[in-house]
Amino acid sequence: MSEEGIVKKFCYMNRKAPYGTIYALESLEVVLIAAAFDQDISLVFADDGVYQLTKNQDTNGIGMKNFSKTYSALGDYDIKKIYVEKESLDERGLTADDLQALVYEDEDDDWAEKNSLFVVDRAELSSIIDSQDIVLSF
Amino acid sequence: MAALHTVNKSPFERNSLESCLRLAAKGSSVLLFEDGVIGAMKNTKHSDAVANAMSDVSFYVLGPDIKARGLNDSNVIDGITVIDYDGFVDLTTEHHTVQSWL
Repeated sequence: MSEEGIVKKFCYMNRKAPYGTIYALESLEVVLIAAAFDQDISLVFADDGVYQLTKNQDTNGIGMKNFSKTYSALGDYDIKKIYVEKESLDERGLTADDLQALVYEDEDDDWAEKNSLFVVDRAELSSIIDSQDIVLSF
Repeated sequence: MAALHTVNKSPFERNSLESCLRLAAKGSSVLLFEDGVIGAMKNTKHSDAVANAMSDVSFYVLGPDIKARGLNDSNVIDGITVIDYDGFVDLTTEHHTVQSWL
């Protein structure tokens, strides 16, 4: 039996702040590569991973590449399920307003721009993770 | 001369800052940099611990690491001095030793 055409639910779990370690950038690279395989992809940002999505990141002072702008390209790769845990934001004194806006263009709706970033609470996130076939941790 | 303690890990991920604050001698300095800058921000789960330690130690935070993470100097806990890399160098020369809490 051919396995061609099987679509699995992949979840990328991001729990580290950017720049201090290589995890955030590596995760983003893997996600962009994996997006070529037409799978059902979700991205989760929890714990210090929520810092990856802050807006106004400016890395000029630390001599590292600012890769935060790449997240806004995820929509072009048909990645439209990006979840941020609300409790992680709360513990860090952050709100959804501190995060960059992420959208995708819906081909079934005349390419209308739609939101792809969802702040979800711990219970919702738990069930989202539980529904996945594969969870990759970064 | 007092000691300079440096913390480069987020207080949400490691207990480096907690251990540093528990063991740093009165009169010493603590510099937060890299992911450690998260410990310098207001309104987090760890802000009170840092504010309470301020009576015993002087806090510094590296500004470029704050900006890189999309955070703002205006959200740094009152009483913590924001410095740049030149300030980091000055701190190392002004203290008799540097202890890194990894």
